[in-house]
Amino acid sequence: MSDDINIEINGMPLQAAPGTMVIQVADEAGITIPRFCYHKKLSVAANCRMCLVEVEKAPKPLPACATPVTEGMKVFTRSEFAIEAQKSVMEFLLINHPLDCPICDQGGECDLQDIAMGYGKDVSRFAEKKRVVPSKNIGPLIATDMTRCIHCTRCVRFGQEIGGIMELGAYGRGEDTRIGTYMESAVSSEMSGNVIDLCPVGALTSKPYRYRGRPWENQQRETIAAHDCVGSNLEVELRRNTVMRVLPRENEAINETWLSDRDRFSYTGLYHEQRARHALIKQGDQWKQVDWQIALNYAVEGIKTVQQGRGSEQIGALTSPSATLEEMYLLQKLLRSLGSHNIDHRLRQLDFSRSDIAPRYPSLGCTIAELEQVEAGLLIGSCVRKDQPIIAHRLRKAALNGANIMSVNAIDYDVNFPLAESIVTAPDNMPQTLAGIARALLTLSGEPAPADLATRLENITSHDDHLAIAKHLHSADNAVVLLGTQAMGQNEFGELQSLAELIGRLAGAKFGYLTEGANSAGAWLAGAVPHRQAGGETIASPGRHAGEMLSQPQGAMVLLNVEPELDSAYGSQALRSMQESDFVVALSPYISDSLKACADVILPVTPFIEMSGTFINTEGHWQSFGAAVDPLEEAKPAWKVLRVLGNLFEFDGFDQVTSEEVRDELRAISGEPPMDNQSAWQCPQLAPAGSGLQRIGHLPIYAVDSLVRRAQPLQETTDAIAAAAYMNEQTADAAGVGDAAYVLVQQDNSEVRLPLVIDEAVPAQCVLIPYGVTGSETLTRAYGPIELQRG
Amino acid sequence: MMAQHKKSASKLPLINDESRAEIDQWIAKYPPDQKQSAVMAALRILQDQNGGYLSEDLIEATAEYLKMPPIAVYEVATFYSMYELEQVGRHKICVCTNISCKLCGSDDVLKHLQQRLGIGPGETSDDGRFTVKEVECLGACVDAPMFQLGDSYHGKLTPQRIDEILDGLD
Repeated sequence: MSDDINIEINGMPLQAAPGTMVIQVADEAGITIPRFCYHKKLSVAANCRMCLVEVEKAPKPLPACATPVTEGMKVFTRSEFAIEAQKSVMEFLLINHPLDCPICDQGGECDLQDIAMGYGKDVSRFAEKKRVVPSKNIGPLIATDMTRCIHCTRCVRFGQEIGGIMELGAYGRGEDTRIGTYMESAVSSEMSGNVIDLCPVGALTSKPYRYRGRPWENQQRETIAAHDCVGSNLEVELRRNTVMRVLPRENEAINETWLSDRDRFSYTGLYHEQRARHALIKQGDQWKQVDWQIALNYAVEGIKTVQQGRGSEQIGALTSPSATLEEMYLLQKLLRSLGSHNIDHRLRQLDFSRSDIAPRYPSLGCTIAELEQVEAGLLIGSCVRKDQPIIAHRLRKAALNGANIMSVNAIDYDVNFPLAESIVTAPDNMPQTLAGIARALLTLSGEPAPADLATRLENITSHDDHLAIAKHLHSADNAVVLLGTQAMGQNEFGELQSLAELIGRLAGAKFGYLTEGANSAGAWLAGAVPHRQAGGETIASPGRHAGEMLSQPQGAMVLLNVEPELDSAYGSQALRSMQESDFVVALSPYISDSLKACADVILPVTPFIEMSGTFINTEGHWQSFGAAVDPLEEAKPAWKVLRVLGNLFEFDGFDQVTSEEVRDELRAISGEPPMDNQSAWQCPQLAPAGSGLQRIGHLPIYAVDSLVRRAQPLQETTDAIAAAAYMNEQTADAAGVGDAAYVLVQQDNSEVRLPLVIDEAVPAQCVLIPYGVTGSETLTRAYGPIELQRG
Repeated sequence: MMAQHKKSASKLPLINDESRAEIDQWIAKYPPDQKQSAVMAALRILQDQNGGYLSEDLIEATAEYLKMPPIAVYEVATFYSMYELEQVGRHKICVCTNISCKLCGSDDVLKHLQQRLGIGPGETSDDGRFTVKEVECLGACVDAPMFQLGDSYHGKLTPQRIDEILDGLD
């Protein structure tokens, strides 16, 4: 840039934009300046003083992190004067630091240890008593050893600036300064694990990794996170073929330097006692451990029997939306080679009415990084903070920059950024609400209403809040409308989809989906839907969708990492359908009692860390990864299992040797299509909302898949929401259960007894009963009418 | 939302009308989006309302009233030595022991208080009347040695002068 100014660091001439700090210029030029409190993603605190440097004409050393560059500035980072200052700071920092490196988990990757090697004295001159600080229990994820703290306040600033909730603070003063939570409370941020990376010493370390290993013993492998559609980049650390921990791998376009707790700690479920280690077949009522070959043959024979006896259309397959592209592709290829299109990944979807007009694959509609730049954003049915923490972080940055982020939700979710407008309404009233916004936008934009909508809008009024949302969206040059994961699970999904897309179009905004799982986009492209081939070509006579397969017994079913009652919106109905199916082959990394109750063969497959594959993230970005660690015992990557099954059926096209070959085969069919969410207009019914109680089936953050559900530390956090009936006080009173401890919830032919929790975040006439968690799976539909009585 | 975020009962009723009016005066001095600037005044006002110390509940009430995280209020309350976080005596005696007072005999002041009240720095008498505190410079070196009793300064202290002052208290 022309207005760059010239400075010199250690005699090296450099250019920098005005306002840049010396340390940033030095970092870019590869000149090392020691530091503790400075972090490129956090505000400047300048309280550790480790980065003191000499600046020509300045009488005192200056902190490089808080000294902006000026024209002609001459900086010396290694002069005698600078080093003397740095060494003196080091001496002060070490005064109270315990020399417990041998028992400290940070040892070997500790900034203090490293910098002390360069700047510390061999012998301490401090003979007085050292400070001892009692540690606090701040939850199941972060271990604290506060005596080691050097008060850099990175963790405090992280909470304020990135996490969005200030949970840690520096209280007391001077030598008595302590870092901790208010009283003895656990940190509740879904991004809290990042303070472990930020802490330059061993004060905040990983609790699950505590005393488990040394960094120099670990090998690093790269992979991609498998629990949301962001696809955060991971570095997996392993020792002796065991995963020790997971760290973020910097990718400015996706997760920056951050990682959600779900992605960081899900590995703790890898070696759960329920891991499938051997192939099993059911003989009579007994489960028998068998060789792979026997199990595979048994599976093939079982499927063939159904095929011959009841026909190919009685065969179906369901895959987790977090399976890899390769797995999904081979699974649909197997099914279609068998002559069936009954395959789906949309296990948590209730409404399939607009499948036909769905885009080729659902995407964010813009890049993740672009979300930071929006001036207005509307979230529809999205608990973005817990569903896609990294997306929430980007939106938070936009909001703090002045963007008007707004939401229409069925629950008053706790968000960590200011909402310009927030409408909380019953799920079945959400289409009406969106119609109100759309109507206001039609007026603002002067555009004609699409087919049939005008008459249906006659009964819709645009309230003030609808108008406000419309105005914010319409006046912004760069706006985005996002349909969230929770909305996609609602009965009204199709109508919401049409209306959200319309709102986006009328407002001149981008329109995107926040899909569930790691690979919903991949599932659509790989053909893991009943009505589209791999690549996206429409099938004239589509197969059965997930809702049909999960609501009634089938002939033969292949399940890929699916625990029917927890991974679907259909609870016990899904389990019963599987149980009553003639033959069920479960490719599963875990064996639960309910899986045993419904499956006939269990083939042990690997979670994502133990295999190679590809996820297509919400930006349509293909991210391939290799196996970070070898499979546990006899488990095998599902793509290999599916390939062998294909061979056993003697189908063509199952000869791939590597997952890359599978991926490339699909890519040759599909290409790498860019994001495009445009779909044909289908006018919503806009039926008036029902009366009576209805269930809201929120999917909690730590219930999303089989691995996360078994990650014990995550299950101990406050975000691991237990099965209960949450209602606001008025609704509970009106239902006559206001003072009850337990309620009996009835839905269709199912019922369950749940504790009642009064919660004002739930709208009137609604009962929030989370799904995907043990205790509520007896119910048969995540959303819809329920009845309730004292229990 | 949901269980873990369920709002615990509001602590706002703990702020009485008089305090609230006074806090509002301080809030009015700052831009509307910077209510938290009034945190120090609010804590002082509530400490007075509460008989000289801040309870956990009052810290939470302040946080709620100024829309700050409780830990941020706690940071302020623990940083400044004039906020008390535990119950103190009816009369709080803050003895300056900084350099000027030290040179002019603050040790004797403490000694005399110890003899007369039976309490040393950081202690409260059993009858709850007195708390003695050692503090840093209160900016009254001209009158050293000195202490602060309640809201007023007393300087040029001698044992006799101290007795006179204490005799005049309830």
